[in-house]
Amino acid sequence: MASPEVEERLKKIIAEQLGVDESKIVPSASFAKDLNADSLDLVELIMSIEEEFGVEISDAEAEKILSVEDALMYLDAHATASE
Amino acid sequence: MGLMDGKRGLILGVANERSIAWGIAQALHREGAELGITYVGETLEKRVRPLAESLGAPLIESCDVNRDEDIEALMAKAAEVFGKLDFLIHAIAFANKEELSGPYLNTTRAGFLLAMEVSAYSLTALVKAADPLLNPGASIITLSYHGAQKVMSNYNVMGVAKAALEASVRYLAADLGPRGIKVNAISAGPIRTLAASGITGFRQLHKAFAEVSPMRRHITIEEVGNTALWLCSDLSSAVTGDIIYVDGGFHVMGAPSQED
Repeated sequence: MASPEVEERLKKIIAEQLGVDESKIVPSASFAKDLNADSLDLVELIMSIEEEFGVEISDAEAEKILSVEDALMYLDAHATASE
Repeated sequence: MGLMDGKRGLILGVANERSIAWGIAQALHREGAELGITYVGETLEKRVRPLAESLGAPLIESCDVNRDEDIEALMAKAAEVFGKLDFLIHAIAFANKEELSGPYLNTTRAGFLLAMEVSAYSLTALVKAADPLLNPGASIITLSYHGAQKVMSNYNVMGVAKAALEASVRYLAADLGPRGIKVNAISAGPIRTLAASGITGFRQLHKAFAEVSPMRRHITIEEVGNTALWLCSDLSSAVTGDIIYVDGGFHVMGAPSQED
């Protein structure tokens, strides 16, 4: 699993982008269903994650990132090398 | 004293804080301009309204440029709030995502017409409606991209629409020139905006740009904003009908440099 530090940074970005309380940002939360993200929010969120973690998320990969857990798993696999 | 003190105008095409139009809005505001800012639909309103309010915009209105009645209502509002206009910034384009991918040859009739209407005709429609409000010396700016001149993979129908947009700039400049009104386009290098996220392979294009361009780097919305500021100010009083590149010189390159 992603480190607690990565998880904290991710939570912060999500809270800021979606305007939700950090307490609601649990791994199982779906961006669209639980955190009320619209389609533009999702695009913006992916861009913010790319900038924060220095990763490049392809369109195909981005389409699979639908929940907090998906994002954590993605970062677990991709972010460590560049940090 | 600011370069834009006492000047008032409209900016169409802010989507969020990454938007090129937002870079322009900030530069004009910094130099004293009063801004009217538009959006389309609720999804964009929730992003645009707080940004526009942060610049104290006295006009924040919805305007769908595909609807003549929306354009008329916007200009009526502009006449009420501002009286006359000193600038009009057009930063609007749209094409179906599936047509910004693969061969241009696959463009549909409906997709072609839609891209042309939103991305090219809307400038003419807006200028026509704004015409009675334009002060002598007013500046009209639209945003283009080098894909209007040269083939850029996946840019497709948007390149064709931008070519029509750039031609519109020249014809509008000829129409309005006798009254001292300037019409120009800024052709900016690729910037990671919400709109750019709809273009397949944008990341590769973005990366290659910085490797090829003489300045070897990306450009920012602040840099486009400052060029727009120059075009809106009286410093550019004899510049019209032109396409001004803000691309670190990318468009002058043929074969990329071999040294690095």
